[in-house]
Amino acid sequence: MEPDFYTLQGFMTHVKGVIYVLMAGGLVGIPLFWKFLAGRDEKKRTY
Amino acid sequence: MGISRRKFLGWMGAAAGAAAASMKPKAAAAAAAKSFPGHPDSLGVLHDTTRCIGCRKCEAACNEVNNLPKPEAPFDDLSVLERRRRTHAGSYTVVNKFSVPGKKDPVFVKRQCNHCLEPACASACFVQAFKKSEKGPVVYNEKVCVGCRYCMVACPFYVPAYEYDKALTPRVTKCTMCAPRIAEGKLPGCVAACPKEALTFGPRKKLLEYARARIAKHPDRYVGHIYGEREMGGTSWLYLSGVDFGHIGMDTGIGDLPAAAYTAGPLAAVPLVVGLWPVLLTGIWAISKRKEKRASDELSAALAANTAAHEQKKREELSALRQKLSKEKEAAVERAVKQALEEAEKEREQAAAEAGKEGGRQHEPAARQGGAEKGEAEQADKEN
Amino acid sequence: MAGEHPTGQRGLFTPFNVVAGIILLAGGVLTVMRFTGGLAAVTALDDNNPWGLWIGFDLLCGVALAAGGYVTSAGAYIFGLKRFHAAVRPAILTAFLGYALVVLALHYDVGRPWRLPYPIFVSPGPTSLLFEVGLCVFLYLTVLFIEVTPAAFEWLKLTRLRALVVKLTLVLTIFGVVLSTLHQSSLGALFLIAPGKLHPLWYSGYLPVFFFVSSIFAGMSMVIFEGTLAHKYLHHKMDEAHKAGTLNVVLSFGKAAAFVMAGYFYIKIIGLAADDNWHYLATGWGLWYLLELFGFVAFPAFLYALGVREKNVRTIRVASLFAVLGVVLNRLNVSVIAFNWHLPLSQWYVPSIYEVGTSVFIVTLGIVAYKFAATHMPILHGHPDFEYEH
Repeated sequence: MEPDFYTLQGFMTHVKGVIYVLMAGGLVGIPLFWKFLAGRDEKKRTY
Repeated sequence: MGISRRKFLGWMGAAAGAAAASMKPKAAAAAAAKSFPGHPDSLGVLHDTTRCIGCRKCEAACNEVNNLPKPEAPFDDLSVLERRRRTHAGSYTVVNKFSVPGKKDPVFVKRQCNHCLEPACASACFVQAFKKSEKGPVVYNEKVCVGCRYCMVACPFYVPAYEYDKALTPRVTKCTMCAPRIAEGKLPGCVAACPKEALTFGPRKKLLEYARARIAKHPDRYVGHIYGEREMGGTSWLYLSGVDFGHIGMDTGIGDLPAAAYTAGPLAAVPLVVGLWPVLLTGIWAISKRKEKRASDELSAALAANTAAHEQKKREELSALRQKLSKEKEAAVERAVKQALEEAEKEREQAAAEAGKEGGRQHEPAARQGGAEKGEAEQADKEN
Repeated sequence: MAGEHPTGQRGLFTPFNVVAGIILLAGGVLTVMRFTGGLAAVTALDDNNPWGLWIGFDLLCGVALAAGGYVTSAGAYIFGLKRFHAAVRPAILTAFLGYALVVLALHYDVGRPWRLPYPIFVSPGPTSLLFEVGLCVFLYLTVLFIEVTPAAFEWLKLTRLRALVVKLTLVLTIFGVVLSTLHQSSLGALFLIAPGKLHPLWYSGYLPVFFFVSSIFAGMSMVIFEGTLAHKYLHHKMDEAHKAGTLNVVLSFGKAAAFVMAGYFYIKIIGLAADDNWHYLATGWGLWYLLELFGFVAFPAFLYALGVREKNVRTIRVASLFAVLGVVLNRLNVSVIAFNWHLPLSQWYVPSIYEVGTSVFIVTLGIVAYKFAATHMPILHGHPDFEYEH
């Protein structure tokens, strides 16, 4: 079986690239989830 | 960070023992460990320093095939060997002379890019200007290079150089292992020019076997180590020497880990910080907010309670005052009535006294009193 | 610098303006030299020493000393320390100017500055810690820019835009702390790739942690130190809330910095133990290391403690100066002084007068920009038309 990556450098480039994309997702997703989580608290205050 | 790092070091261990791992059955694939055997059939050069005579023909050939600028001293001037040199923007390779204690002949060593299997420059470059090609050479792409020179900081062999005198288009320069010539099926310039076969070009795996065979055949001539077999994860250029590599300007303390192993820990921590810091910080914020809210709630509750108590007290005071006032009012009315009556009585008495002075005949000014007087008068009449 | 006081002359030729003007003019000349003659014309850099003063001082020290922005805003908005509010604006402004100047300085140092966006937009190299630094500095500069805009919006009376940004305060602050944690530590991690080149006393697997933790007290010390200067020269620009707040900030930051420094001192010792580097302490390098650790970490920490205990603002301010110098010394040690320590003395890097001049020029640019902003915008005082959550 052919390995996907012959070099550690190739593997790291791939993996870190994917992780940077996921990080962008996390940076957007986590605050949004917090907004959802705490959404009612906020609303109550305005009523 | 710890776990990833350990896992990472595990991969490194696996990579170092790639030969052993490749013999094991595929069951190992199920494990987390990964191994990176390097590109198969990748090429390299074996430099046997015991054969080098320091003629600088390789330098001249390198200069020619790469169209480099004319050197300060011509290539047949061997006096330059007296000082220690390194690669520069205009020279991709240099030969240095070493006097080794206990040896009468000097040792010559050619220096150039070692074309690491896991290049530090490639790991360090933030625009991927360096790539380990499948054929073996580590190639540089000047089209994306920003000129930050981090590759030069990273390289453990002090190889990449920089065109410091170029104002707007400086490049990083280093040996290309003559990648364009290799692609044409030719030998690298230096290898082709070497008159003593101190340089051997071929597949790295073959070169290793060849080097081991040479050491086995002449154990008296060589130290039992192939420099570059494992150093910094292994290099495509390999070296044989008759003396300790430390004596001929090679760094023997750089270890076997590739450069990427040293940065893996902090790199692995990055996504954790990105994901967990917001969670932690939002938590701290929420707690401090809650505390603040509770404090302000308590404050306003205390304030409200205080106000209520105050109002209650006021109300009580007021009603007490009102009661007091109404009592006083009644008392005042009574007093006033009483006073009025008393005054009236006094007047009457006064009037009666005046009437008595004038004579008894005066008639009644007030009925009741008059009655009494009448009785008195009648009594007085009867007596008369 | 003492030229501009409300009672003093308001002319163009104040001593401050004259000195700054001469420096800026010289900077202009150096700029021309750099972009016509290349790095060789103005720097003492060579192939063995590719990074010099512009990276060691302008980048590493600049970023560390601009940490006051994230530390102060985190204290005020995340940890709920309301008394820091007066310090937030000047700290954010300093941070923004600091980072802007770092990026400006990079334009001098890198070969092709117009390619600086390449790592992000053209050919990202995700295995590089420098990529991480570049991405974070780019994003953080953007965050800081957004964070300073309310002051500018107040100055320009753009009420609605201001309200929009103020709403984002918390998200921006958290984002800022994340990015700062990452690039402050990654600047230390940059040197992990060269274990053979940096002296073992400074090379440590903990380098990223050292850099991050020291950035915290570097930022605090810089806020105190900069407050000292602002008080001296921009006193008339401060309102009562700011003056009252500053005393509070000096005491609180002095206390926090002292304690963080104690933690830093501890992890530095652990670093020595982790690599079993004790024997290096008896060498010349060891003395130099001990000078950094005791003279510029332990000593200012102790001075801070004395000042905080006795509520002596003067002592705290002296301590802040030592702490700032200590961080500068540390960054220069890692990047320049103890880097390539094993090379023969003749191959050591000593910055050229032009490199020093360019760094002075860039710092001056920062001071002039700060003075302009603090003089014209509501930085050291509130704007009468706007309400503040003091």
